[in-house]
Amino acid sequence: MKKEIITLQHGSGGRPTQELIERHILPRFSSPALRQLLDSALVECSGRIAFTTDAFVVRPIFFPGGDIGKLAVSGAVNDLAAVAAEPLFLAASFVLEEGLEVEELDRVLESMSKTCKEAGIALVAGDTKVVEKGAGDKIYISTSAIGVRKQNPDPQPALISPGDAIIVTGPIGEHGMAVLQARENFFRDLELESDCAPIWPLIDSLLKAGLKISAMRDPTRGGLATTLSELARDSRLCLEVDEGKIPIGKTVQAACDMLGLDPMYLACEGRMVIVLPQESAGRALEVLRGHPLAQNAALIGECLGEPQKAALLSTRIGGRRILQPLSGEQLPRIC
Amino acid sequence: MCLGIPAKVVEIKEQEALVEVAGLKQKIRLDFVPEVKVGDYVIVHAGFGISIFEESEAQETLKLLREADVIP
Amino acid sequence: MSSLESGEILKRIRGMGVSARFMEVCGTHTVSIARSGLKKLLPDSVKLISGPGCPVCVTSQEDIDYAVALARQPGVIVATFGDMVRVPGTETSLLEARASGGRVEVLYSPMDSLSLARENPKEEVVFLAVGFETTAPLIARTVQIVRAEGIPNLSFLVLHKLIPPAMRALLTRKEVQLDGFILPGHVCAVLGSRPFLFLKEEFHLPGVITGFEPEDVLLALFMLLKQKREDRAEVEIQYRRAVKPEGNIQALKTMEEVFEPQEANWRGLGVIPNSGLGLREPYSGFDTRRRFPLNITGSREYPECRCGEVLRGVISPRECPLFGKACTPDSPVGPCMVSSEGSCAASYHYEERP
Repeated sequence: MKKEIITLQHGSGGRPTQELIERHILPRFSSPALRQLLDSALVECSGRIAFTTDAFVVRPIFFPGGDIGKLAVSGAVNDLAAVAAEPLFLAASFVLEEGLEVEELDRVLESMSKTCKEAGIALVAGDTKVVEKGAGDKIYISTSAIGVRKQNPDPQPALISPGDAIIVTGPIGEHGMAVLQARENFFRDLELESDCAPIWPLIDSLLKAGLKISAMRDPTRGGLATTLSELARDSRLCLEVDEGKIPIGKTVQAACDMLGLDPMYLACEGRMVIVLPQESAGRALEVLRGHPLAQNAALIGECLGEPQKAALLSTRIGGRRILQPLSGEQLPRIC
Repeated sequence: MCLGIPAKVVEIKEQEALVEVAGLKQKIRLDFVPEVKVGDYVIVHAGFGISIFEESEAQETLKLLREADVIP
Repeated sequence: MSSLESGEILKRIRGMGVSARFMEVCGTHTVSIARSGLKKLLPDSVKLISGPGCPVCVTSQEDIDYAVALARQPGVIVATFGDMVRVPGTETSLLEARASGGRVEVLYSPMDSLSLARENPKEEVVFLAVGFETTAPLIARTVQIVRAEGIPNLSFLVLHKLIPPAMRALLTRKEVQLDGFILPGHVCAVLGSRPFLFLKEEFHLPGVITGFEPEDVLLALFMLLKQKREDRAEVEIQYRRAVKPEGNIQALKTMEEVFEPQEANWRGLGVIPNSGLGLREPYSGFDTRRRFPLNITGSREYPECRCGEVLRGVISPRECPLFGKACTPDSPVGPCMVSSEGSCAASYHYEERP
């Protein structure tokens, strides 16, 4: 039996488009606003709002631990979480390549549905376009998301002070390496799982424990090193982390050693870097480690009172090196 | 470029071996370490073993450290 | 070795009160030293200088331009180790040639070029054979296999260079005052220690064959300082777990069978006799230069680029006026800033501003 595929007709706005929406998208997403199928979703929310947007172009679209759909939802949710905003509404546009198997689209949509439920975010608006074969890479997803800001003042680099502790919620480099391995198959019989996950629940539990967060950032493109260097630059302070305290899985480290890659620059898609007052660090770790998503949360460093506006790493022999932002392309099409 | 990681030989088939490090398996060539046995560690460079990693020589390093009066 | 022991070695080094300047001639050492922040832990009296240890960096501009010209030829696939891709030639780099439609493939192992050639029977695959004596035996073996299997569409641009002649040329110039060398661990896994005895015999300088962990480098520095204090000049092996004095006999035999020494043009050092490798019979048919006798004219280095002096250890990366300003890893003027083992890249990426 011939496999059903996406054709240019699916993007024309006529009946094939309607069928795509009615048969494949609507059954998976329960938001009443979506089902109204108006030109804009009618929603209500009040208060201080956070608003984010992202595009996802990962190759391959399915990888151990996730897929482009899970990635798209998690990415949006985590950007909101990084400013302590509770996720509410999501809009997603799909650019589909002619020839994409409908079954693959269904898998992506199913995954998005599941991730939305996990994260407590509702898909309320969407759009699909189709491009000719060769003009796209199976599927690109673009998202925009809205959340309610839960901390006042909102976490931001300007709130970081000397003495603040730096925490990372779990081992680094897993998404970057998982996608690379799925694409290139450097190592036989190896399935490395991406850490891709929506992590609002972690931040929610920190806020509910009454902890005040100075700043957060999720270490996606460019990895932990780039994220730390950005926080240092934006806060105009010196952040120092300890090489021995950064959680890295043995397999990821070995894979990086063999390929000449630096795990500090590999993308994470289910982690957060959290900077908060030193006196709250112990309680924060307790709360985080109680979650399956952050069992290996670690205190990795602190904000120093030194004048350098840079991120530094103290090495195992007692030396120090600077953490520069990633230059050039380390790995294309990771997220 | 001189990246060379010690990896454990787990399987040998003629000129090639499967080596493992921290759960990662890779196929390498044994042209330059023909005397290698399963269980040995080799230094791997760009898909070839270039040296057998001598555990006993770790002892030699300890000797050097003693000579340097670094350890008793 | 634990960090406890490295702390002890540092204490010994500081307590010795010996002044010395040592050079490393391996890019992997340059990076390991920079990444560990080792230099700042040493007493001021002990200085480390980077030498011509990055094989991509010492490749001449003309050779880079030739590789880029190949990538622009229709029907040619240039296969290379990752590092070469962003090096700026006179006009452009392999990366840019690829962005404009040329075919450039990054390979992990030279043996991957065989499957690349088989999968693209209508194209000519050219493998850029860059590297010192660690890598040369691998390409030599690959060439033997290519010939044995009769693969028609694969050739090798042999740009391999040899470390001992370059060290001799550098010392003969007497531009830099040195008290000894940190010798490259994996080059010596192949060569053994004998090819470096000239240090003792001709220059009365000690050399220590060193591993790549920061603890290895610290122990090697201690051994070098001890030799200096005792006015000895021996070639010692710190990296005993991987290096034997006789080297790797099989690798040396394979190199000997496939390659012969010839003169080579080193960025920064000029033409040095017997410092490069060329394919000998019956392998010369696999020489890319024979299959593609392109005439490359107008090759020149950027006039203010001082990679040559950095490679000879005459200036440190930060002493170059272009460092961090006109020349950065994202817009490099010369290879030292863009190669993953370049001295300037290592300093830029890892060293705290002084």
